[in-house]
Amino acid sequence: MLNDQAHLNPKLFDDDIEQVPSRNGYGEGLVLAADANDQVVALCADLTESTRTEEFAKKYPNRFIEIGVAEQNLAAVASGMAAAGKVPFITSYAVFSPGRNWEQIRTTVCYNNQPVKIIGSHAGISVGPDGATHQALEDLAIMRALPNMVVVCPCDSIEAKKATVAIAKNSKPSYLRLSRSDVPVITTESTSFEIGKAEVFYEGKDVAIIACGQMVYRALLVAKELKEHGISIRVINNHTIKPLDQKTILKAAEETRAVVTVEEHQIHGGLGAAVAELISQNFPVPIKIIGIEDRFGESGEPEELLEKFGLTTENIKKAVLQVLRMKEK
Amino acid sequence: MMTLPDSAIKHLELKANEIRQDIIKMLLEAGSGHSAGPLGMADILTALYFHILHHNPHNPDLADRDRLVLSNGHICPVLYTTLAHSGYFPVSELKTLRKLGTRLQGHPHRGSLPGLETTSGPLGSGLSQSCGMAYVAKMDQKTWRVICLMSDGEQEAGNTWEAVMFAGKNKLDNLVGVIDRNNIQIDGFTEDIMPLEPLKDKYESFNWHVVDIDGHNFQSIHDAFDLAKTIHSKPTLILAHTTPGKGVSFMENKYEWHGKAPNKQEAEEALTQLRHIEEAIRHA
Repeated sequence: MLNDQAHLNPKLFDDDIEQVPSRNGYGEGLVLAADANDQVVALCADLTESTRTEEFAKKYPNRFIEIGVAEQNLAAVASGMAAAGKVPFITSYAVFSPGRNWEQIRTTVCYNNQPVKIIGSHAGISVGPDGATHQALEDLAIMRALPNMVVVCPCDSIEAKKATVAIAKNSKPSYLRLSRSDVPVITTESTSFEIGKAEVFYEGKDVAIIACGQMVYRALLVAKELKEHGISIRVINNHTIKPLDQKTILKAAEETRAVVTVEEHQIHGGLGAAVAELISQNFPVPIKIIGIEDRFGESGEPEELLEKFGLTTENIKKAVLQVLRMKEK
Repeated sequence: MMTLPDSAIKHLELKANEIRQDIIKMLLEAGSGHSAGPLGMADILTALYFHILHHNPHNPDLADRDRLVLSNGHICPVLYTTLAHSGYFPVSELKTLRKLGTRLQGHPHRGSLPGLETTSGPLGSGLSQSCGMAYVAKMDQKTWRVICLMSDGEQEAGNTWEAVMFAGKNKLDNLVGVIDRNNIQIDGFTEDIMPLEPLKDKYESFNWHVVDIDGHNFQSIHDAFDLAKTIHSKPTLILAHTTPGKGVSFMENKYEWHGKAPNKQEAEEALTQLRHIEEAIRHA
């Protein structure tokens, strides 16, 4: 059943649940972070409106820097600004940043250990009609592999806002992954958020579904539906991919002994991989990883693409039944 | 322009010679590393740390210090040696270059050694970082300058030109770029690998002020950095024509010496030649 302590949206299971892109939450969070700290600056690579950096740029024009279509410069200029005392947020689409500028992020941000905040908007297959070139499906893998980097993938716009405010204060290189399309708002202002602390949104003991981003909503739908069939599912909102909340995940593995992970990312190197690395080395239990199956996306409407690429409640249910059978063997 | 007294020039020449000798010794000890670039840039680094930069070796974090960013991190033997001779850390530590546990990493790592502003090595990003620093100095109305040392080879990197464009757009007149124009890179001569000329015209067309100098002439180096202070609304590029391997005849202008260290015999020969130059300076 739903965890009351999570204070989720009362309309969570209603058909008319409010839907907002998580990038909007970032836009609001950035202004809040800037209100609180005058060292916060934002740099953008010709995508100010669509990455929702616009409100900040209007309110703080002197703290906004337009870089143009130059993502390598975007990351390294921000590194220099951080070295001189600023807290720079750099925004673009995730395929470009951290996609095109990975080495600059590795050397000038991570190894150099400067607190640059990398905002990757338009991540996942749900980017939609722009097609595969603009659908970042590998960003979690390439950011997660970097020492010093914090990696956060919020489940909705409210959590994105909280995550933005939180990474502005953590003094570390950080990556925030955002969606372009509307996603259900499942949390509320009262839902707690702490970097590195996964939240149990739905209590259960038979199987744990560990998800991030908008897949958390689908996991909750599955938990509710299967409860009616006598299967008790624990849903964990694992917004921080790195550092992973080992305690909450291993506790779930021990108590449920069957795990499914769901993410809008390649099955290699993302959330599922992180969870599998942890569980297999500490408390091995059956696990299924749901994500994009080692291929590129294509054009289409977000919902059509999620369906075509298997990020559906049907597939999550199938995986739940599979791990249950594996556990029972 | 101020004319430097002969005594000051002699002092700088001797310091640069001492630094060159230590570069040879540390490279021999390390057994690997870059020789030509560090020897070629010894005069400019000496001029910066012993004459031009506002800095304090006993307070590397001095708030209003000038920022020296080494973009072409592979020439770090000359930066390390100059920092040590300036007093940032003991000269004896130079022999730990590239050894396990050293603060003198094969390519510079900020935080591991006092005096380093950035981590560098992968080419083409130092000018961007310098731009970020210079932009903040302007934002916060600070008086310090940013000096970015680059190789000519890294002018082949796209990232460099993204930064050149940014600096021009933002009129970063508190930024001085220096290109070590020694015409060599690992695979050969720059103009064979990927022609860079006309470099001066290229930078000027991006709204930079460009000064050509002999990178081994202390008066010219002094004048160029002095002139940069008077240029408003434009960043300055000092196109420093240098001789790679300067001071060691068998290394000079040989691209084969870009990325290797001398063996014992070669090091002895190099040191003999440098000591002869030292004597000549003393008796000039």
